[in-house]
Amino acid sequence: MSIHQKTIAELAQGLKDKEYSSVEITQHYLDRIKQSDLNAFITVTDELAMSQAQAADDKIAAGTNNILTGIPYAHKDIFCTQGVKTSAGSKMLDNFISPYDASVSHQLNQADTVMLGKANMDEFAMGSSNENSFYGAVKNPWNTDKIPGGSSGGSAAAVAGGLSCFATGTDTGGSIRQPASLCGITGLKPTYGRVSRYGMIAYASSLDQAGPMTKTAQDAAIVLNAMAGFDEKDSTSAEQDVPDYTAHLNNSIQGLTIGLPKEFFSEGLDDGVATEVMNAVKEFESMGATVKEISLPNSAYAIPTYYIVAPCECSSNLSRLDGVRYGYRCDNPENLEDLYLRSRSEGFGAEVKRRIMIGAYALSAGYYDAYYLKAQKTRHLISDDFKKAFDEVDVIMGPVSPTTAFDLGSVKDPVSMYLADIYTLSANLAGLPGMSIPAGFSNKLPVGLQLIGNYWSESKLLNIAHQFQQQTDWHQQMPQED
Amino acid sequence: MSLSEQQVTQIAYLARLSLSDDELQDNTKDLNAILGLAEELGAIETDNIEPMAHPLHMTQRLRKDVVTEGDQSDLFQSIAPKTGNKHYLVPTVIE
Repeated sequence: MSIHQKTIAELAQGLKDKEYSSVEITQHYLDRIKQSDLNAFITVTDELAMSQAQAADDKIAAGTNNILTGIPYAHKDIFCTQGVKTSAGSKMLDNFISPYDASVSHQLNQADTVMLGKANMDEFAMGSSNENSFYGAVKNPWNTDKIPGGSSGGSAAAVAGGLSCFATGTDTGGSIRQPASLCGITGLKPTYGRVSRYGMIAYASSLDQAGPMTKTAQDAAIVLNAMAGFDEKDSTSAEQDVPDYTAHLNNSIQGLTIGLPKEFFSEGLDDGVATEVMNAVKEFESMGATVKEISLPNSAYAIPTYYIVAPCECSSNLSRLDGVRYGYRCDNPENLEDLYLRSRSEGFGAEVKRRIMIGAYALSAGYYDAYYLKAQKTRHLISDDFKKAFDEVDVIMGPVSPTTAFDLGSVKDPVSMYLADIYTLSANLAGLPGMSIPAGFSNKLPVGLQLIGNYWSESKLLNIAHQFQQQTDWHQQMPQED
Repeated sequence: MSLSEQQVTQIAYLARLSLSDDELQDNTKDLNAILGLAEELGAIETDNIEPMAHPLHMTQRLRKDVVTEGDQSDLFQSIAPKTGNKHYLVPTVIE
């Protein structure tokens, strides 16, 4: 097995057994990135990576290493990294060299990981196809005519294409789970507040949550151990103890009750996706789980609710980008207003402008009650649906995305693009943890199974996913290479 | 209801964005389509429902009112478009 096919757990064992050094595996990945045409990275930090790899090898030699020491990863370009360009996929921040580290960047540095570079993404995490990046679309490693999903499309393509051992992602409306599903990898969006948002460039602050994107559930547990935890620098960080997420991976799932929301299997779901998802559910039944049909009656309203709440928060968050203190400034502004108007109009892409304007309108005098307040109320109803469901079941399962990866450039209308987020948005609105795990193929493209758990049930989700991965080999499939 | 191009120009200005003629046409169509989607929420009865501002219904944590960061103005200003005498420079506002 080649180095880029190995999991974190396997690479860590090889490092321990001196089969190879971190410098060697880092060079292997950097060579693959150089040869790749997936456009998965915005910035490749080769020099930094090699120095981190050398430092990791020194720790391994001294015996002061941990399981992540020397493991190379791709860091979504939404996380601030001190001294390294942090663009959020936008022209607005093309010249932004972050003066500080995000807490997640700091935590991964503390864990002695090796950052290969900053992964491509939809501009400010707004998009479901990675086509909204200022740096160009990312290609799906399974079929380079297809989108990788978004907004963490570069992260997903890097892991699936063997360009990094794992990656970080962020998920505001499905941006970890959907690209994980379309690229055939494992992605976990933790409970809101589990991972610090400090230094993670804000899109919609009441929804944004960071998480790991990996080859396996075991790897996701290892990375979440490093990422999770209370952070006093993030005022929405939860003061909740962090368990060892690897501790319960091997528990039996005998007696598990799985809820299948009937709304997730109705009109609009591709037949091939439905078949693979149901086959995965049958696999769980054969492992001793029982299945129960449930209802999340307000789930159809997740799309309009999300596409009011998130733009409102984004119009507020992105007002800080004004061409004065950092980021893009237009040439020769005539006056201060011209500076604001042209810097923002030239610096933001089309989708970002759309969402800012929707938010500005929905929050404006006379429309606030009809749009923003109304959406906050329907958000409450969507959240209550889950509360009722979790009285009856341990985990909810369903599709992640209604289709497999679609053709690059094929969806041009924004509302059609939004409709593809139907199954992922509600977990963000409720603040619940969710996962995507590889569950099969339809037309030679990966299909993901979504797991949604109750608050703080990451250990349980990882346990369920790991048990599935002991019985199936979908997660071990890798795209053919020329 | 539907937004006119004039209203979209006003919304863009509220957000400090300016739109070219083509962008104005496209955005008027797209914004109306998105708000059309939002109109679906009108079908739900929400009279006695509390608005949900935070997914975990947590209250904002307060920290002690002490200085935790030193002066890093040189570092922060090193990435600014234009500075002078430790100030951020913009076009003249008051003659």
